[in-house]
Amino acid sequence: MALYSDKVMDHFQNPRNVGKMDDADGIGEVGNAKCGDIMRMYIKVKDGIITDCKFNTFGCGSAIATSSMATELIKGKPVEEALKLSNQAVVEALDGLPAHKIHCSVLAEEAVQAAVKDYYDRNGIAYDPEKFKVHSCEHCSD
Amino acid sequence: MFVYADNAATTSVSKTALNAMLPYLTENYGNPSSLYAFAQKATEALTQARITVAECLGAASPKEIYFTSGGSEADNQAIMSAARVGARKGKKHLISTKFEHHAVLHTLKRLEKEGFDVTLLDVHEDGVVRMEDLKAAIREDTCLVTIMFANNEIGTVQPVEEIGALCREKGIPFHCDAVQAAGHMPIDVEKMNIDMLSISGHKFHAPKGVGALYVRKNIPLFNLIEGGGQERGKRAGTENVAGIVAMAAALKESVDNMEADSKKMIAMRDKLFAELSKIPHSKINGSLEHHVPGTVNMCFEGIEGESLLLMLDAKGICASSGSACTSGSLDPSHVLLALGLPHEVAHGSLRLSICEYNTMEEIDHICQVVPQVVEYLRNMSPVWDELEKGQKPHLI
Repeated sequence: MALYSDKVMDHFQNPRNVGKMDDADGIGEVGNAKCGDIMRMYIKVKDGIITDCKFNTFGCGSAIATSSMATELIKGKPVEEALKLSNQAVVEALDGLPAHKIHCSVLAEEAVQAAVKDYYDRNGIAYDPEKFKVHSCEHCSD
Repeated sequence: MFVYADNAATTSVSKTALNAMLPYLTENYGNPSSLYAFAQKATEALTQARITVAECLGAASPKEIYFTSGGSEADNQAIMSAARVGARKGKKHLISTKFEHHAVLHTLKRLEKEGFDVTLLDVHEDGVVRMEDLKAAIREDTCLVTIMFANNEIGTVQPVEEIGALCREKGIPFHCDAVQAAGHMPIDVEKMNIDMLSISGHKFHAPKGVGALYVRKNIPLFNLIEGGGQERGKRAGTENVAGIVAMAAALKESVDNMEADSKKMIAMRDKLFAELSKIPHSKINGSLEHHVPGTVNMCFEGIEGESLLLMLDAKGICASSGSACTSGSLDPSHVLLALGLPHEVAHGSLRLSICEYNTMEEIDHICQVVPQVVEYLRNMSPVWDELEKGQKPHLI
Protein backbone atom coordinates (compact mmCIF):
# COMPACT_ATOMS: atom_id res chain seq x y z
CA MET A 1 0.00 0.00 0.00
CA ALA A 2 1.27 3.39 -0.91
CA LEU A 3 -0.15 4.79 2.31
CA TYR A 4 3.05 4.00 4.19
CA SER A 5 6.77 4.29 3.53
CA ASP A 6 8.81 1.12 3.04
CA LYS A 7 10.30 1.64 6.47
CA VAL A 8 6.89 1.80 8.13
CA MET A 9 5.86 -1.37 6.30
CA ASP A 10 9.09 -3.08 7.34
CA HIS A 11 8.54 -2.22 11.01
CA PHE A 12 4.89 -3.22 10.75
CA GLN A 13 5.58 -6.54 9.11
CA ASN A 14 8.74 -7.33 11.07
CA PRO A 15 8.23 -5.52 14.34
CA ARG A 16 11.39 -5.25 16.47
CA ASN A 17 11.24 -6.07 20.17
CA VAL A 18 7.64 -7.17 20.15
CA GLY A 19 6.39 -9.15 23.14
CA LYS A 20 5.93 -9.05 26.88
CA MET A 21 8.62 -8.67 29.52
CA ASP A 22 8.00 -10.42 32.83
CA ASP A 23 10.83 -8.78 34.76
CA ALA A 24 10.50 -5.23 33.47
CA ASP A 25 11.80 -2.35 35.56
CA GLY A 26 9.25 0.02 34.10
CA ILE A 27 5.99 -0.42 32.22
CA GLY A 28 4.09 2.36 30.48
CA GLU A 29 0.71 2.07 28.84
CA VAL A 30 -0.94 4.86 26.86
CA GLY A 31 -3.89 5.20 24.51
CA ASN A 32 -7.46 4.07 24.64
CA ALA A 33 -9.13 1.08 23.04
CA LYS A 34 -12.09 3.28 22.23
CA CYS A 35 -9.87 5.35 19.95
CA GLY A 36 -8.34 2.29 18.39
CA ASP A 37 -4.80 2.27 19.76
CA ILE A 38 -3.06 1.24 22.94
CA MET A 39 0.67 0.91 23.41
CA ARG A 40 2.37 -0.85 26.28
CA MET A 41 6.12 -0.34 26.62
CA TYR A 42 8.39 -2.40 28.88
CA ILE A 43 11.94 -1.34 29.82
CA LYS A 44 14.77 -3.11 31.58
CA VAL A 45 17.26 -0.72 33.18
CA LYS A 46 20.77 -1.35 34.42
CA ASP A 47 23.08 1.40 35.68
CA GLY A 48 20.85 4.04 34.18
CA ILE A 49 20.93 2.41 30.75
CA ILE A 50 17.93 0.84 29.00
CA THR A 51 19.35 -2.59 28.35
CA ASP A 52 16.19 -4.09 26.91
CA CYS A 53 12.86 -2.84 25.69
CA LYS A 54 9.71 -4.55 24.49
CA PHE A 55 6.25 -3.51 23.39
CA ASN A 56 2.70 -4.72 22.93
CA THR A 57 0.42 -2.69 20.72
CA PHE A 58 -3.24 -2.78 19.76
CA GLY A 59 -3.64 -0.50 16.79
CA CYS A 60 -3.21 0.23 13.14
CA GLY A 61 -0.13 -0.34 11.00
CA SER A 62 1.52 2.89 11.98
CA ALA A 63 0.82 2.32 15.69
CA ILE A 64 2.72 -0.96 15.47
CA ALA A 65 5.51 0.55 13.37
CA THR A 66 6.00 3.58 15.64
CA SER A 67 6.12 1.32 18.72
CA SER A 68 8.71 -0.85 17.04
CA MET A 69 10.82 2.11 15.97
CA ALA A 70 10.60 3.74 19.41
CA THR A 71 12.00 0.59 21.06
CA GLU A 72 14.88 0.62 18.58
CA LEU A 73 15.63 4.26 19.29
CA ILE A 74 15.80 3.91 23.08
CA LYS A 75 17.40 0.50 23.45
CA GLY A 76 20.95 0.85 24.79
CA LYS A 77 20.41 4.53 25.60
CA PRO A 78 20.59 6.20 29.02
CA VAL A 79 17.15 6.64 30.60
CA GLU A 80 17.50 10.45 30.49
CA GLU A 81 18.14 10.30 26.77
CA ALA A 82 15.13 8.08 26.18
CA LEU A 83 13.01 10.70 27.88
CA LYS A 84 14.05 13.16 25.21
CA LEU A 85 12.75 10.97 22.42
CA SER A 86 10.35 13.09 20.43
CA ASN A 87 7.57 11.95 18.17
CA GLN A 88 9.25 13.82 15.32
CA ALA A 89 12.35 11.68 15.77
CA VAL A 90 10.18 8.56 15.44
CA VAL A 91 8.46 9.96 12.34
CA GLU A 92 11.80 10.88 10.75
CA ALA A 93 13.28 7.48 11.51
CA LEU A 94 10.33 5.91 9.70
CA ASP A 95 10.73 8.18 6.65
CA GLY A 96 7.51 9.96 7.46
CA LEU A 97 3.90 9.14 8.31
CA PRO A 98 0.63 10.27 6.73
CA ALA A 99 -0.75 13.38 8.47
CA HIS A 100 -3.64 11.55 10.12
CA LYS A 101 -1.22 9.00 11.60
CA ILE A 102 1.05 11.45 13.39
CA HIS A 103 -0.86 10.79 16.61
CA CYS A 104 0.61 7.26 16.58
CA SER A 105 4.11 8.71 16.90
CA VAL A 106 2.89 10.91 19.76
CA LEU A 107 1.60 7.77 21.48
CA ALA A 108 4.99 6.10 21.02
CA GLU A 109 6.75 9.07 22.61
CA GLU A 110 4.29 9.03 25.49
CA ALA A 111 4.60 5.26 25.96
CA VAL A 112 8.37 5.63 26.43
CA GLN A 113 7.85 8.47 28.91
CA ALA A 114 5.24 6.47 30.80
CA ALA A 115 7.62 3.50 31.08
CA VAL A 116 10.42 5.74 32.38
CA LYS A 117 8.07 7.43 34.84
CA ASP A 118 7.04 4.00 36.13
CA TYR A 119 10.72 3.08 36.50
CA TYR A 120 11.37 6.30 38.45
CA ASP A 121 8.33 5.70 40.66
CA ARG A 122 9.30 2.11 41.41
CA ASN A 123 12.82 3.10 42.36
CA GLY A 124 11.99 6.26 44.28
CA ILE A 125 13.95 8.39 41.83
CA ALA A 126 12.94 12.04 42.06
CA TYR A 127 11.85 13.75 38.85
CA ASP A 128 10.23 16.90 37.68
CA PRO A 129 6.57 16.03 36.98
CA GLU A 130 6.54 18.88 34.47
CA LYS A 131 8.72 16.80 32.23
CA PHE A 132 5.96 14.28 31.77
CA LYS A 133 3.23 15.42 29.49
CA VAL A 134 -0.24 14.40 30.49
CA HIS A 135 -1.91 12.52 27.72
CA SER A 136 -5.06 14.37 26.90
CA CYS A 137 -7.33 13.36 24.12
CA GLU A 138 -10.78 14.90 24.30
CA HIS A 139 -12.04 12.20 22.00
CA CYS A 140 -11.03 9.44 24.37
CA SER A 141 -12.27 10.92 27.63
CA ASP A 142 -15.12 8.74 28.72
CA MET B 1 -2.48 -16.79 -3.98
CA PHE B 2 -4.14 -13.46 -4.83
CA VAL B 3 -7.74 -13.12 -3.66
CA TYR B 4 -9.89 -10.12 -4.42
CA ALA B 5 -12.55 -10.05 -1.73
CA ASP B 6 -13.62 -6.42 -1.83
CA ASN B 7 -16.40 -6.51 -4.40
CA ALA B 8 -18.61 -4.22 -2.34
CA ALA B 9 -15.95 -1.55 -2.95
CA THR B 10 -15.71 -2.19 -6.66
CA THR B 11 -15.73 -5.06 -9.15
CA SER B 12 -13.79 -6.00 -12.22
CA VAL B 13 -15.38 -5.17 -15.58
CA SER B 14 -16.98 -8.26 -17.11
CA LYS B 15 -15.95 -9.40 -20.59
CA THR B 16 -19.52 -8.83 -21.76
CA ALA B 17 -19.49 -5.25 -20.50
CA LEU B 18 -16.06 -4.56 -21.93
CA ASN B 19 -16.93 -5.94 -25.35
CA ALA B 20 -20.15 -3.97 -25.38
CA MET B 21 -18.45 -0.68 -24.58
CA LEU B 22 -15.31 -0.90 -26.74
CA PRO B 23 -16.94 0.12 -30.06
CA TYR B 24 -18.18 3.31 -28.40
CA LEU B 25 -14.63 4.24 -27.44
CA THR B 26 -13.18 3.46 -30.84
CA GLU B 27 -15.29 3.57 -34.01
CA ASN B 28 -18.62 4.89 -32.71
CA TYR B 29 -17.29 7.79 -30.72
CA GLY B 30 -19.83 10.38 -31.87
CA ASN B 31 -21.58 12.73 -29.47
CA PRO B 32 -25.19 11.54 -29.09
CA SER B 33 -26.37 15.15 -29.33
CA SER B 34 -24.91 15.61 -32.83
CA LEU B 35 -27.21 15.54 -35.81
CA TYR B 36 -25.23 13.52 -38.39
CA ALA B 37 -25.79 9.85 -39.02
CA PHE B 38 -22.39 8.90 -37.57
CA ALA B 39 -23.37 10.15 -34.11
CA GLN B 40 -26.74 8.46 -34.30
CA LYS B 41 -25.06 5.14 -33.53
CA ALA B 42 -24.21 6.53 -30.11
CA THR B 43 -27.72 7.89 -29.70
CA GLU B 44 -29.19 4.51 -30.57
CA ALA B 45 -26.86 2.81 -28.11
CA LEU B 46 -28.08 5.14 -25.36
CA THR B 47 -31.69 4.41 -26.24
CA GLN B 48 -31.07 0.70 -26.12
CA ALA B 49 -29.15 0.94 -22.84
CA ARG B 50 -32.01 2.90 -21.29
CA ILE B 51 -34.48 0.21 -22.35
CA THR B 52 -32.25 -2.52 -20.90
CA VAL B 53 -31.75 -0.76 -17.55
CA ALA B 54 -35.48 -0.01 -17.30
CA GLU B 55 -36.29 -3.67 -17.92
CA CYS B 56 -33.77 -4.89 -15.38
CA LEU B 57 -35.29 -2.66 -12.69
CA GLY B 58 -38.89 -3.37 -13.60
CA ALA B 59 -39.52 0.24 -14.63
CA ALA B 60 -42.70 1.01 -16.57
CA SER B 61 -40.83 3.08 -19.15
CA PRO B 62 -37.24 3.77 -20.25
CA LYS B 63 -38.09 7.46 -19.83
CA GLU B 64 -37.87 6.87 -16.09
CA ILE B 65 -34.12 6.15 -16.28
CA TYR B 66 -31.61 8.99 -15.95
CA PHE B 67 -27.94 8.19 -16.40
CA THR B 68 -25.56 9.73 -13.89
CA SER B 69 -21.88 9.57 -12.97
CA GLY B 70 -22.62 6.96 -10.32
CA GLY B 71 -24.50 6.11 -7.15
CA SER B 72 -23.46 9.21 -5.19
CA GLU B 73 -24.74 11.59 -7.83
CA ALA B 74 -27.98 9.65 -8.14
CA ASP B 75 -28.50 9.74 -4.36
CA ASN B 76 -27.72 13.46 -4.21
CA GLN B 77 -30.08 14.30 -7.04
CA ALA B 78 -32.95 12.20 -5.72
CA ILE B 79 -32.76 13.64 -2.20
CA MET B 80 -32.09 17.27 -3.13
CA SER B 81 -34.87 17.15 -5.68
CA ALA B 82 -37.41 15.61 -3.31
CA ALA B 83 -36.48 18.18 -0.66
CA ARG B 84 -37.05 21.01 -3.10
CA VAL B 85 -40.40 19.62 -4.17
CA GLY B 86 -41.36 19.14 -0.52
CA ALA B 87 -40.29 22.63 0.50
CA ARG B 88 -42.62 24.13 -2.11
CA LYS B 89 -45.52 22.46 -0.33
CA GLY B 90 -44.20 23.40 3.11
CA LYS B 91 -43.06 19.83 3.74
CA LYS B 92 -39.54 19.86 5.13
CA HIS B 93 -39.13 16.54 6.91
CA LEU B 94 -37.11 13.63 5.58
CA ILE B 95 -36.77 10.11 6.97
CA SER B 96 -33.75 7.86 6.54
CA THR B 97 -31.66 5.46 8.59
CA LYS B 98 -28.55 5.76 10.73
CA PHE B 99 -26.51 3.47 8.53
CA GLU B 100 -27.03 4.89 5.05
CA HIS B 101 -24.10 5.52 2.74
CA HIS B 102 -22.46 8.92 3.21
CA ALA B 103 -23.83 10.00 -0.18
CA VAL B 104 -27.22 9.97 1.54
CA LEU B 105 -26.22 10.98 5.08
CA HIS B 106 -24.10 13.93 4.03
CA THR B 107 -26.80 15.18 1.67
CA LEU B 108 -29.30 15.01 4.53
CA LYS B 109 -26.82 16.82 6.78
CA ARG B 110 -26.64 19.58 4.20
CA LEU B 111 -30.43 19.82 4.09
CA GLU B 112 -30.55 20.02 7.88
CA LYS B 113 -28.29 23.06 7.70
CA GLU B 114 -30.73 24.54 5.21
CA GLY B 115 -33.58 24.19 7.69
CA PHE B 116 -34.95 20.73 6.92
CA ASP B 117 -35.80 18.27 9.65
CA VAL B 118 -34.29 14.80 9.37
CA THR B 119 -35.23 11.64 11.27
CA LEU B 120 -32.70 8.81 11.14
CA LEU B 121 -34.25 5.48 12.02
CA ASP B 122 -32.52 3.01 14.28
CA VAL B 123 -31.30 -0.15 12.55
CA HIS B 124 -31.18 -2.23 15.72
CA GLU B 125 -28.63 -4.89 16.52
CA ASP B 126 -29.40 -6.89 13.39
CA GLY B 127 -29.07 -4.02 10.93
CA VAL B 128 -32.68 -4.09 9.77
CA VAL B 129 -35.17 -1.22 9.90
CA ARG B 130 -38.42 -1.90 11.74
CA MET B 131 -41.69 -0.97 10.06
CA GLU B 132 -43.15 0.27 13.34
CA ASP B 133 -40.24 2.71 13.70
CA LEU B 134 -40.91 4.03 10.21
CA LYS B 135 -44.64 4.32 10.85
CA ALA B 136 -43.97 6.27 14.03
CA ALA B 137 -41.55 8.61 12.26
CA ILE B 138 -43.88 9.61 9.43
CA ARG B 139 -45.33 13.10 9.83
CA GLU B 140 -47.72 15.35 7.96
CA ASP B 141 -44.76 17.26 6.57
CA THR B 142 -42.63 14.26 5.53
CA CYS B 143 -41.51 14.84 1.95
CA LEU B 144 -39.22 11.82 1.46
CA VAL B 145 -38.34 8.43 2.86
CA THR B 146 -34.88 7.33 1.71
CA ILE B 147 -33.79 3.88 2.84
CA MET B 148 -31.13 1.71 1.27
CA PHE B 149 -31.92 -1.65 -0.28
CA ALA B 150 -28.87 -3.38 1.20
CA ASN B 151 -26.19 -1.98 3.47
CA ASN B 152 -22.76 -1.60 1.92
CA GLU B 153 -20.75 -2.59 4.99
CA ILE B 154 -22.72 -5.39 6.57
CA GLY B 155 -24.91 -6.52 3.69
CA THR B 156 -28.25 -6.55 5.50
CA VAL B 157 -31.32 -6.21 3.28
CA GLN B 158 -34.13 -3.87 4.28
CA PRO B 159 -37.88 -4.60 4.02
CA VAL B 160 -38.04 -2.53 0.83
CA GLU B 161 -41.37 -3.83 -0.42
CA GLU B 162 -43.10 -3.12 2.89
CA ILE B 163 -41.52 0.33 3.07
CA GLY B 164 -42.68 1.03 -0.49
CA ALA B 165 -46.23 -0.08 0.30
CA LEU B 166 -46.39 2.09 3.41
CA CYS B 167 -45.00 5.14 1.61
CA ARG B 168 -47.49 4.64 -1.22
CA GLU B 169 -50.33 4.41 1.27
CA LYS B 170 -49.19 7.61 2.95
CA GLY B 171 -48.48 9.40 -0.31
CA ILE B 172 -44.81 9.96 0.50
CA PRO B 173 -42.14 9.50 -2.19
CA PHE B 174 -39.74 6.63 -1.45
CA HIS B 175 -36.13 6.75 -2.64
CA CYS B 176 -34.02 3.62 -2.37
CA ASP B 177 -30.23 3.55 -2.63
CA ALA B 178 -29.87 0.17 -4.32
CA VAL B 179 -26.16 0.48 -5.12
CA GLN B 180 -25.30 -2.73 -3.26
CA ALA B 181 -28.35 -4.63 -4.45
CA ALA B 182 -28.60 -3.92 -8.17
CA GLY B 183 -27.44 -6.92 -10.14
CA HIS B 184 -27.32 -9.03 -6.97
CA MET B 185 -30.91 -9.09 -5.73
CA PRO B 186 -34.21 -8.99 -7.63
CA ILE B 187 -35.44 -5.41 -7.95
CA ASP B 188 -38.88 -4.46 -9.24
CA VAL B 189 -39.64 -0.78 -8.76
CA GLU B 190 -43.28 -1.30 -9.71
CA LYS B 191 -43.96 -4.19 -7.39
CA MET B 192 -41.89 -2.65 -4.60
CA ASN B 193 -43.47 0.80 -4.97
CA ILE B 194 -40.10 2.49 -5.24
CA ASP B 195 -40.37 6.04 -6.60
CA MET B 196 -36.66 6.75 -7.02
CA LEU B 197 -33.78 4.29 -7.06
CA SER B 198 -30.01 4.73 -7.37
CA ILE B 199 -27.62 2.26 -8.93
CA SER B 200 -23.88 2.30 -9.63
CA GLY B 201 -22.33 0.37 -12.52
CA HIS B 202 -19.03 -0.60 -10.94
CA LYS B 203 -20.71 -2.63 -8.21
CA PHE B 204 -21.91 -5.15 -10.80
CA HIS B 205 -19.02 -5.46 -13.26
CA ALA B 206 -19.42 -2.24 -15.27
CA PRO B 207 -16.71 0.44 -15.20
CA LYS B 208 -16.45 3.13 -12.53
CA GLY B 209 -17.99 6.54 -13.20
CA VAL B 210 -21.41 5.51 -14.41
CA GLY B 211 -24.71 5.01 -12.63
CA ALA B 212 -28.40 5.65 -12.99
CA LEU B 213 -31.32 7.16 -11.17
CA TYR B 214 -34.75 5.69 -11.71
CA VAL B 215 -37.50 8.26 -11.18
CA ARG B 216 -41.18 7.32 -11.44
CA LYS B 217 -43.05 9.22 -14.13
CA ASN B 218 -45.18 11.40 -11.86
CA ILE B 219 -42.32 12.35 -9.50
CA PRO B 220 -40.88 15.78 -10.31
CA LEU B 221 -37.11 15.86 -10.74
CA PHE B 222 -34.77 18.82 -10.45
CA ASN B 223 -31.27 18.67 -11.81
CA LEU B 224 -28.02 19.04 -9.94
CA ILE B 225 -25.97 19.83 -13.01
CA GLU B 226 -27.02 22.70 -15.28
CA GLY B 227 -25.98 22.95 -18.89
CA GLY B 228 -27.07 21.12 -22.01
CA GLY B 229 -30.35 19.33 -22.45
CA GLN B 230 -29.06 15.77 -22.02
CA GLU B 231 -31.15 13.25 -20.09
CA ARG B 232 -34.31 15.14 -21.02
CA GLY B 233 -32.94 18.28 -19.41
CA LYS B 234 -32.43 16.67 -16.01
CA ARG B 235 -28.72 15.98 -16.11
CA ALA B 236 -26.46 18.15 -18.24
CA GLY B 237 -23.17 16.93 -19.67
CA THR B 238 -22.25 14.79 -22.64
CA GLU B 239 -23.28 11.26 -21.88
CA ASN B 240 -20.68 8.66 -20.92
CA VAL B 241 -21.86 6.53 -23.83
CA ALA B 242 -19.36 3.69 -23.51
CA GLY B 243 -19.85 3.53 -19.73
CA ILE B 244 -23.63 3.56 -20.06
CA VAL B 245 -23.56 0.81 -22.70
CA ALA B 246 -21.28 -1.25 -20.46
CA MET B 247 -23.51 -0.70 -17.45
CA ALA B 248 -26.60 -1.86 -19.32
CA ALA B 249 -24.76 -4.95 -20.59
CA ALA B 250 -23.37 -5.74 -17.13
CA LEU B 251 -26.71 -5.25 -15.43
CA LYS B 252 -28.49 -7.50 -17.92
CA GLU B 253 -25.80 -10.14 -17.52
CA SER B 254 -26.03 -9.96 -13.72
CA VAL B 255 -29.82 -10.13 -13.73
CA ASP B 256 -29.86 -13.01 -16.23
CA ASN B 257 -27.39 -15.02 -14.15
CA MET B 258 -28.59 -13.90 -10.75
CA GLU B 259 -30.03 -17.18 -9.59
CA ALA B 260 -26.97 -19.27 -10.38
CA ASP B 261 -24.50 -16.61 -9.23
CA SER B 262 -26.34 -16.09 -5.95
CA LYS B 263 -26.32 -19.78 -5.23
CA LYS B 264 -22.57 -19.92 -5.78
CA MET B 265 -21.88 -16.80 -3.74
CA ILE B 266 -24.11 -17.86 -0.85
CA ALA B 267 -22.22 -21.15 -0.59
CA MET B 268 -18.92 -19.27 -0.39
CA ARG B 269 -20.30 -16.62 1.97
CA ASP B 270 -21.72 -19.22 4.33
CA LYS B 271 -18.42 -21.07 4.39
CA LEU B 272 -16.69 -17.85 5.41
CA PHE B 273 -19.25 -17.28 8.15
CA ALA B 274 -18.94 -20.84 9.39
CA GLU B 275 -15.15 -21.00 9.38
CA LEU B 276 -14.37 -17.51 10.65
CA SER B 277 -16.97 -17.83 13.42
CA LYS B 278 -14.76 -20.53 14.88
CA ILE B 279 -12.30 -17.81 15.88
CA PRO B 280 -12.95 -17.23 19.59
CA HIS B 281 -14.52 -13.90 20.52
CA SER B 282 -15.60 -13.08 17.01
CA LYS B 283 -18.98 -11.79 15.93
CA ILE B 284 -20.96 -11.72 12.71
CA ASN B 285 -22.40 -8.27 12.11
CA GLY B 286 -25.94 -7.98 10.85
CA SER B 287 -28.85 -10.34 10.38
CA LEU B 288 -28.06 -13.52 8.45
CA GLU B 289 -31.69 -13.93 7.53
CA HIS B 290 -31.84 -10.69 5.55
CA HIS B 291 -28.54 -10.68 3.75
CA VAL B 292 -27.03 -10.02 0.31
CA PRO B 293 -25.28 -13.04 -1.21
CA GLY B 294 -21.74 -11.68 -1.17
CA THR B 295 -20.96 -9.68 1.96
CA VAL B 296 -19.41 -10.93 5.18
CA ASN B 297 -18.76 -8.52 8.03
CA MET B 298 -17.25 -9.70 11.29
CA CYS B 299 -15.53 -8.28 14.35
CA PHE B 300 -12.59 -9.87 16.13
CA GLU B 301 -12.02 -8.68 19.64
CA GLY B 302 -8.67 -7.33 20.76
CA ILE B 303 -7.33 -6.34 17.36
CA GLU B 304 -7.58 -3.34 15.11
CA GLY B 305 -8.93 -3.48 11.58
CA GLU B 306 -6.29 -1.61 9.64
CA SER B 307 -3.43 -3.78 10.84
CA LEU B 308 -5.57 -6.81 9.99
CA LEU B 309 -6.08 -5.49 6.45
CA LEU B 310 -2.39 -4.75 5.98
CA MET B 311 -1.48 -8.24 7.11
CA LEU B 312 -4.07 -9.74 4.77
CA ASP B 313 -2.76 -7.57 1.95
CA ALA B 314 0.73 -8.90 2.58
CA LYS B 315 -0.76 -12.38 2.13
CA GLY B 316 -2.52 -11.43 -1.09
CA ILE B 317 -6.04 -10.89 0.27
CA CYS B 318 -7.85 -7.66 -0.58
CA ALA B 319 -10.49 -6.82 2.02
CA SER B 320 -11.93 -3.85 3.82
CA SER B 321 -12.64 -2.68 7.37
CA GLY B 322 -14.83 -0.26 9.22
CA SER B 323 -11.95 0.66 11.49
CA ALA B 324 -11.34 4.34 12.15
CA CYS B 325 -7.76 4.07 10.96
CA THR B 326 -8.73 3.20 7.42
CA SER B 327 -11.01 6.20 7.13
CA GLY B 328 -8.68 8.77 8.64
CA SER B 329 -11.22 9.73 11.28
CA LEU B 330 -11.13 8.81 14.96
CA ASP B 331 -14.46 7.06 15.01
CA PRO B 332 -14.98 3.60 13.61
CA SER B 333 -17.67 2.94 11.02
CA HIS B 334 -21.00 4.70 11.61
CA VAL B 335 -22.65 1.50 10.38
CA LEU B 336 -21.13 -0.68 13.10
CA LEU B 337 -21.79 1.96 15.74
CA ALA B 338 -25.43 2.11 14.54
CA LEU B 339 -25.69 -1.59 15.36
CA GLY B 340 -24.77 -0.67 18.91
CA LEU B 341 -21.28 -2.16 18.84
CA PRO B 342 -18.86 -0.60 21.31
CA HIS B 343 -16.02 1.40 19.75
CA GLU B 344 -13.46 -1.12 20.96
CA VAL B 345 -15.20 -3.92 19.08
CA ALA B 346 -16.05 -1.90 15.98
CA HIS B 347 -12.33 -1.07 15.51
CA GLY B 348 -11.64 -4.76 14.92
CA SER B 349 -13.93 -5.27 11.95
CA LEU B 350 -13.36 -7.02 8.66
CA ARG B 351 -15.50 -6.90 5.53
CA LEU B 352 -15.03 -9.57 2.91
CA SER B 353 -17.22 -9.13 -0.16
CA ILE B 354 -17.19 -11.79 -2.81
CA CYS B 355 -18.60 -12.08 -6.30
CA GLU B 356 -19.36 -14.91 -8.71
CA TYR B 357 -15.76 -14.82 -9.99
CA ASN B 358 -14.37 -15.98 -6.65
CA THR B 359 -13.66 -19.67 -6.14
CA MET B 360 -13.98 -22.06 -3.23
CA GLU B 361 -10.16 -22.41 -3.28
CA GLU B 362 -9.91 -18.69 -2.63
CA ILE B 363 -12.43 -18.96 0.19
CA ASP B 364 -10.39 -21.81 1.70
CA HIS B 365 -7.31 -19.60 1.52
CA ILE B 366 -9.10 -16.79 3.36
CA CYS B 367 -10.36 -19.27 5.97
CA GLN B 368 -6.81 -20.42 6.51
CA VAL B 369 -5.13 -17.00 6.63
CA VAL B 370 -7.57 -14.89 8.66
CA PRO B 371 -7.38 -17.00 11.86
CA GLN B 372 -3.55 -16.94 11.69
CA VAL B 373 -3.44 -13.17 11.30
CA VAL B 374 -6.00 -12.61 14.05
CA GLU B 375 -3.96 -14.80 16.39
CA TYR B 376 -0.71 -13.03 15.49
CA LEU B 377 -2.20 -9.60 16.14
CA ARG B 378 -3.86 -10.75 19.35
CA ASN B 379 -0.53 -11.99 20.64
CA MET B 380 0.82 -8.50 20.10
CA SER B 381 -2.17 -6.74 21.60
CA PRO B 382 -2.20 -5.40 25.19
CA VAL B 383 -5.99 -5.29 24.95
CA TRP B 384 -6.18 -9.01 24.22
CA ASP B 385 -3.72 -9.63 27.05
CA GLU B 386 -6.05 -7.90 29.52
CA LEU B 387 -9.10 -9.71 28.15
CA GLU B 388 -7.43 -13.07 28.43
CA LYS B 389 -6.18 -12.39 31.95
CA GLY B 390 -9.72 -11.47 32.94
CA GLN B 391 -8.69 -7.91 33.79
CA LYS B 392 -11.39 -6.74 31.43
CA PRO B 393 -14.57 -8.54 30.42
CA HIS B 394 -14.90 -9.85 26.89
CA LEU B 395 -17.46 -7.80 25.03
CA ILE B 396 -18.11 -10.37 22.31
